[in-house]
Amino acid sequence: MLDALTGTLEQGLLFALMVLGVYLTFRILDFADLTVDGSFTLGGAIAASIIFAGGNPWLATVVALCGGLLAGAVTGILNTTFRITPLLSGILTMTGLYSINLRVMGRANISLLRADTVITRFTSALHLDPAYGTVVLGLIVVGLVGVALYLFLKTEIGLALQATGDNEQMIRALGVNTDRMKLLGLALSNGMVSLSGALVAQNQQFADAGMGIGMIIAGLASVIIGEALIGTTTLRRTIIAVVCGSVIYRGVLALVLRLGLAPTDFKLLTALIVIVALASPQVKAWWQKGKQRQKGVSPDA
Amino acid sequence: MLKLIGVSKIFAGNTINEKLALNDVSLSLAEGDFVTLVGSNGAGKSTLLNVIAGVFPPDGGRIFLDERDITDLPEYQRAGAIGRVFQNPLQGTAANMTVEENLVMAWKRGQRRGLRKAIHFKERAWFQEELKKLGLGLEDRLTAKVGLLSGGQRQALTLLMATLTRPQLLLLDEHTASLDPRTAEVVLNLTCQIVNEQKLTTIMVTHNLEQALTVGTRTVMMHEGKVVLDIQGAERKRMSVLDLMNLFEKNSGTSLKSDRVLLAAK
Repeated sequence: MLDALTGTLEQGLLFALMVLGVYLTFRILDFADLTVDGSFTLGGAIAASIIFAGGNPWLATVVALCGGLLAGAVTGILNTTFRITPLLSGILTMTGLYSINLRVMGRANISLLRADTVITRFTSALHLDPAYGTVVLGLIVVGLVGVALYLFLKTEIGLALQATGDNEQMIRALGVNTDRMKLLGLALSNGMVSLSGALVAQNQQFADAGMGIGMIIAGLASVIIGEALIGTTTLRRTIIAVVCGSVIYRGVLALVLRLGLAPTDFKLLTALIVIVALASPQVKAWWQKGKQRQKGVSPDA
Repeated sequence: MLKLIGVSKIFAGNTINEKLALNDVSLSLAEGDFVTLVGSNGAGKSTLLNVIAGVFPPDGGRIFLDERDITDLPEYQRAGAIGRVFQNPLQGTAANMTVEENLVMAWKRGQRRGLRKAIHFKERAWFQEELKKLGLGLEDRLTAKVGLLSGGQRQALTLLMATLTRPQLLLLDEHTASLDPRTAEVVLNLTCQIVNEQKLTTIMVTHNLEQALTVGTRTVMMHEGKVVLDIQGAERKRMSVLDLMNLFEKNSGTSLKSDRVLLAAK
C-alpha cells in the first residue's frame, strides 16, 4: 500500500512539471498547444540517448530541457511569423517531432536499466533510502520550477505574458510585442514539458517513441482537477492547485488500475475525465433551464 | 504634432465588397488640440483612429507624429506615444488581472520590460493616489480582479491607464457610448479634466453632435472616408447643433434625417 502511495507521489510530482507547462500555455496564454505530446517524448529521448551513450545524467536532463525550449519556439514561430492557427502549429511540430525523436534515439525505445540516472546519483549523493529518492528529488525540482514560474509571472515581462493571454489587443496598445510573448510562453512551457519527460524516462528507466501520446489530455485533466478541487483565486493558489491536480490524477489512475482496469484503457478514462469537466457547465445550464421550465418560469423573467 | 498626408485605406480590395474607408485624408493637429470627431456610421472615424494607432497600415499616404514618420511602425512600437480608450469597456483592461497589475502594465507603456518585480510599495501608493482622483472608490480595490468591476469603473480605469504616462496623443473611440447616461457623464467629465490638466493632444470620436461642439477645442466631421468639415475658434463657437447638421448635409450632399446622428443630437 505504501509502495503504491510513493509510486503515485513520484509520478504525480514528475508529471507535475509537464502539467505546469500545459497550464502556462492553456490557461495563461490561452493557447491550446499540442506540441506537448512531442516535446514530452523529446525530453525522454534526449535524456535517455545521452545517458545510454555514457553521458552525465544531469547534463542530459539540461539538454533535454533545451530541446523542449526549441520545440516550443518552433510552434511559436509557425504561429506568430507564419500565422498558422495555434492548433495546427502544435500538431505540425508534434508530427515532425515524432520522426525527430526516433532519430534522436536511433530506435523505438531505449532501456536505462542499471544505468546511472539523476535519480540514482541524487539518492546516493544524499544517502537517501532509494524508495524515497525520487519523491525528494521530485519535490525539490517541482518546488523550484513552481516558485520560479510564480516569480517570473510577477515580473514586468511576466505580467505582459499574462495579459497577452487575457487581452491581446489591450497589451499591444500598451507597447508589448505580443508575438514575442507567445514565443516566449510556448518555449518555456515546452521546456518544462521536456524536463518532465526526461525525469519520467529516468524514473521508469526507459524511453520510447510513444511515451508522449495523450500527454496533452493528461495535462489538461490534471489542471482541471486541481483547479476544481483547490481553486484559482490567486496565482500562487492556482500553481499549487495544478501541482496537486497532477498528483491526484495519478492517484486516480493508480486506484482504477487496482480496481482491475487494463492500463491500456487509461487514455479513454482520461479523455472521459476531461470531457466531463469541460461539458459540465453546459449540462448544468440545461439542467437549470429544465428546472425553471418545470416551475413554469421563463428563463428571461 | 500629428500630421496625416493623403491617407487612404481600402477594405476588401479588388472584390465586389471593396470599400474605400479612408479617401485621401489630410489632417493636421497642433500641440494641445482636443478634436471631437463626428460622422455617420461607416464614415471612417474608427478606421482613422486605427490607422493612426497602427492597428493596420494605410494603403496610401504618410503619418507623422512629432515630425517622425510612423507610417511603417507596428502598433506596439507606436504605443509608447499613443494612449487609447475603446468603445467596449472590456477591450481596454485585462479582466483576469488585478487593478494594480493593469496599472503597472500601463505605467510601463512603450518602455522595455525586464525581469524586475513589477509592483513595488512605492508604486502602490502612487496608484492609490491616482485612483482616488477618479472618485469611484477604486483606491481600495487595488488587488481586485478587473473583471469584477462595473463597465463604468473599467472605462475610468482604462482612461487612467491611457493617460498615466502622459502620452503625446490620446485617442478616444466613442469611449462613453456603451455606458449608461449618468456613468457616461462621469467618464466624460473625467476625460475633460485629465486632458485639460495634462494638456493632451486628443481625438475623441462621438455620435453626439452637441458634445461635438461643447467638448474640446475643434470639431472635425467625416463622411464616406473624407473630412468634410473642420472648424475651431470663433467659427466653432458660433455654430449650433442645427447649423452643424445643415453644414453636414450641404458638405456631404446627403440628408441626415434618418441617421443615428440626428437621434443622438436630441
